[in-house]
Amino acid sequence: MSENTVSAPDVSQTALRRPSSSGRRKARLIAWAFVAPAAIAYAAFVLVPLCMSVYYSFLRWDGIGKARFHGLTNYITVLTDSDLLQIIGNAFQLVIYFSLIPVALGLAVASAIRSHMAGRFGTMTRTVLFLPQVIPLVAAGIAWSWMFASSGLVNQTLKAIGLSDWARGWLGDFVWALPAVGMIGAWVQLGLCTMLLVTGITKIDPSLYEAARLDGARAWHEFRYITLPGLRQEIGVCITVTVIAALASFDIVYISTQGGPGITTTVPGLEIYRLAFAHRQVGLASALAIVLMLLVLISIAPVQWLTRDKK
Amino acid sequence: MKTATPNTLLARGLIILLMVVTLLPFLSMLSAALAPQGTYPNGLQWPEDPQWGNFIRAFEVAKMDQLLLSSVLIVLGVVPISVAIATMAGYGLAKLTSAKYKWVYLVFVFGLTLPFEAVITPLYYEVRALGLLNTRFAIILPLIGLYMPFGVYWMRAHFLNVPQDLTEAAQLDGATRWKEFLLVQVPLARPAIMSLSILLFLWTWNQFLLPVVLVQDPMQRTMAGALGAFQGQWGTDIPLLCAGSLLILAPTILLFLIFQRQFVAALMQGAVKG
Repeated sequence: MSENTVSAPDVSQTALRRPSSSGRRKARLIAWAFVAPAAIAYAAFVLVPLCMSVYYSFLRWDGIGKARFHGLTNYITVLTDSDLLQIIGNAFQLVIYFSLIPVALGLAVASAIRSHMAGRFGTMTRTVLFLPQVIPLVAAGIAWSWMFASSGLVNQTLKAIGLSDWARGWLGDFVWALPAVGMIGAWVQLGLCTMLLVTGITKIDPSLYEAARLDGARAWHEFRYITLPGLRQEIGVCITVTVIAALASFDIVYISTQGGPGITTTVPGLEIYRLAFAHRQVGLASALAIVLMLLVLISIAPVQWLTRDKK
Repeated sequence: MKTATPNTLLARGLIILLMVVTLLPFLSMLSAALAPQGTYPNGLQWPEDPQWGNFIRAFEVAKMDQLLLSSVLIVLGVVPISVAIATMAGYGLAKLTSAKYKWVYLVFVFGLTLPFEAVITPLYYEVRALGLLNTRFAIILPLIGLYMPFGVYWMRAHFLNVPQDLTEAAQLDGATRWKEFLLVQVPLARPAIMSLSILLFLWTWNQFLLPVVLVQDPMQRTMAGALGAFQGQWGTDIPLLCAGSLLILAPTILLFLIFQRQFVAALMQGAVKG
């Protein structure tokens, strides 16, 4: 944007406060000029496609030929087809691994350390624990496919400690593939959650703990009545980030299992991709996409509501 | 708080355990990457004769130089424009609009939780209609739009914290809005802009869904997209796959180690605000 388009020396904060109608209009015009580029990009590549997704979801369309209006049939299929329900269920099962493990371990570390991690040890910890956040999820998928492979480190360790019976091809196992994929997600989210919670706990007033100790409070009570409420916001952040990562997962599953064996590890993100581009069921794929978007919103809303600052 | 209570020892033990768990997959990949070609190595076992040459072979097979160039071009296409227009919009929404226009901001924020999968199918047809399929623009243009919710949210939050009288002082000097924005606001916003740039760089570099759907040729993709193709092609040759993966990871990890402080700050703030 060139300088000329927005230069209007007479429009200022003072002009805004002494509203002359032309000055106000000019101010509004300038405001729009600032917002417009972002709004156009957002509209063109998010809002318009989103509306198209809604539109497609009411169609029966193979992506090439003529589309036919299909009413709510696609949505009914998404909500009744046993395969699709299992796929949606898989995503919610991943939430357990992506969210619960990192938050639980993060809380354990945070309540044990309860102080800044200063010095070289702190820097090293931060650097190492953030590595999984920096690398692409694809790389995490490849690394862990190798870890879970039949001659990989997981099985090697099990054999070394005498649990050879447990050794298996984890990602090809009908029972264990989904938990294994979940562990990859837990590994990725672990560092971020730990660091957020450790940073959060240092902001809790230490005198609260001292007072509790003088009152003879047990460790569990300290945790329940001081640590948990004090970390409410940080826990909310961790859960929000990890739940979105679990429900909208694609990269890790695509790389490590391709959704298999069977559909035991297929998640909505992968199924949308398959339906739209392999099976040419654009309508059904779009209905699943809209359902996925709503599920994310519905899952996040209570977390945000419960954990926001109650001021 | 330097006293080593049993609790801090426990915490240190836990943290060291977490660090080991975090590093093990990388070490396991490194040990496999050094195994002789065509063998099927064990999980973690330092090879007797480390084959550092595997990295050279992977560099050639993966065409790393072209990949790097492609990723850099995509990042250069996405990040500066995204940061610039998000900064402008954040400023506009925080300082130039009244409460009546809060809905504009809310429309942007709505996109914060939107899974990319929700729009990927229409994006494919849109990009095809624009004739951009299988070009880098197929990744660049949609990403700019997809980053706007976070970018605008981030920059608006920054500008809301800038005291108002600063703006007015600049007004009294007779500076125009645009000049005031460029010469006063943007320099002050440098930390927020820096963090946003780091985050957008990472998300672009690591973006996988868009390249997989919109760009067939791995050489026109991001690093993550190319890594996916590399796995598809060499998935059975474990030493080569691990060497190639580590090579593809190397640039980000190198940058991360150099700018460790800034990356960690950006990622933590990014999570809190997002």
